[in-house]
Amino acid sequence: MKKVAVNALLVITAIFTVAPLLWMISASLMPKGEATISPPRLLPSVPTIAHYHELFVRMNFGRAFTNSMIVAGSITLLSLLLNSMAGYAFAKLRFSRRDRIFSFLVAALVIPTQVGMLPLFLILKSVHLVNSYWGVIFPSMATIFGIFLIRQFMLSIPDDLLDAARIDGAGEFRIYWSIVMPLARPVLVTLAIFMFMSAWNDFMWPLIVLTDSARYTLPVAVANLVGEHVQDTELMMASSVLTVLPVLILFLLLQRHYIAGIMVGSVKG
Amino acid sequence: MNERRAAILFIAPALAVILLFFLIPVCASLLLSITDFDIYALADIRNIRVIGLENYADLLRNPLFWKALLNTLYYAGVGGPLTVIVSLAMAMLVNAKTAKWKPLFRTIYFAPVVTTIVGVAVVWKYLYHPRFGLLNRFLGLLHVPAIDWLGDPRFAMAAIIVLSVWKNFGYTMMIFVAALQSIPEELYEAARIDGASAVQQFRHITLPMLSPTFVFVGIITAIGFLQLFPEPYVMTGGGPVNATLSLVMLMYEQGFKFWRMGYAAAVAFLLFLVIGVVTLLQLKAQKA
Repeated sequence: MKKVAVNALLVITAIFTVAPLLWMISASLMPKGEATISPPRLLPSVPTIAHYHELFVRMNFGRAFTNSMIVAGSITLLSLLLNSMAGYAFAKLRFSRRDRIFSFLVAALVIPTQVGMLPLFLILKSVHLVNSYWGVIFPSMATIFGIFLIRQFMLSIPDDLLDAARIDGAGEFRIYWSIVMPLARPVLVTLAIFMFMSAWNDFMWPLIVLTDSARYTLPVAVANLVGEHVQDTELMMASSVLTVLPVLILFLLLQRHYIAGIMVGSVKG
Repeated sequence: MNERRAAILFIAPALAVILLFFLIPVCASLLLSITDFDIYALADIRNIRVIGLENYADLLRNPLFWKALLNTLYYAGVGGPLTVIVSLAMAMLVNAKTAKWKPLFRTIYFAPVVTTIVGVAVVWKYLYHPRFGLLNRFLGLLHVPAIDWLGDPRFAMAAIIVLSVWKNFGYTMMIFVAALQSIPEELYEAARIDGASAVQQFRHITLPMLSPTFVFVGIITAIGFLQLFPEPYVMTGGGPVNATLSLVMLMYEQGFKFWRMGYAAAVAFLLFLVIGVVTLLQLKAQKA
């Protein structure tokens, strides 16, 4: 009896959870107007990719997709490098006021990013980085969370290993690159997924800093499309699928690494 | 190269980025908020004037600010606890000994967390459509009259709250699952031997053992919810009659639509203040 109740609740919640996503995919494949007919259809009568075609050919969504890839890809690579260097130093290298600087950074995590957005816009405007990819990429190249994640992992690397390499005459950069980085692969994978997803999903800052539609990332392009094509349900759903599906697939393929990252944040936090 | 010099070179790039693009702008924002920086100053910086706390005084007199503040507190005050309750309930279900296909359910519940908020907000906008939306069609089968979810000021924020619970509960659920699994099984065994009911076990073992997790989850959920922006931007534009206007949206509109950046910076700082107070209250509640 109890077993049936538990599993029934799990199934009902699961249906409620996936229903919006399944409907999004189904409606995106319906012929024009079919998502709003009565009685409602759950599946397309004749599946069509016409709306995707229209998005790519007429709405420049291929460009938005490329923009999102460039921005999210660059942020991922650069943040892996910068955060891993800093995280390693905070975990393993001795320097004055190390722990004080680190605690200060962790405390700064409670500051909402929006607080700095107005001056940041003015700063980037003064150096002509508004409406460029760099305007989106630069502020995300290093994050406090990323440094924190790397540091927590690297604390477990034994000091003896690094000291042995030093005695053998290896330089500090070589130790970081050839010994520490290969050992840190699991956490680097986790950080890469995190950074890619948050950069891909980010909305407010790209909306502010990218002013020309040729530079729009997918979320900005979708938000812009809502204003113009709100009646086109099927077209809107296709644009949502293009935006949501890449990160969803990435998550399904690499979910173990992603969830590992959340746990580091929560258990030690 | 010695270790100290190496360390400085290792942290310098990341710290430079964080200083230049985050911490310095945050401090500059405080300065900006005591000026009348507007579209004329944007054209020529010499048009800027220091006006002290006038922006803050203006804001406190502006009914729109109070509306945005109350909306934001309503959204976070209802949506945050609701997310925590749903996620704890689902964590306990998914963790139950009798539950089947646990990894599958966990993955399904977590999926909305990784989705792009703008994309799913668009989807929910159509689910909430008064005539064609699946929600009203489903309710129609139960003979509930059609409700204009996003067009009625009484329901619009509640509709956004439901979307947010759907989007976020999987994240906190994962944290609760990990915390539940770390509670020693012997505690429950001992309680059962003493004849404690399931409800008693929940009240006297599960809840106290989870209390540090509650504080962590409560704080991150509140911080996230107080920054409400993409949902109203995409779904309602802050309407109807400002029923879904949030503080961040007010800041965005004042700062980046009307270019009243000094005024907008004051909104940003008041948001920061609200987040600080809410965080401190939760930390205090834990110690009490």
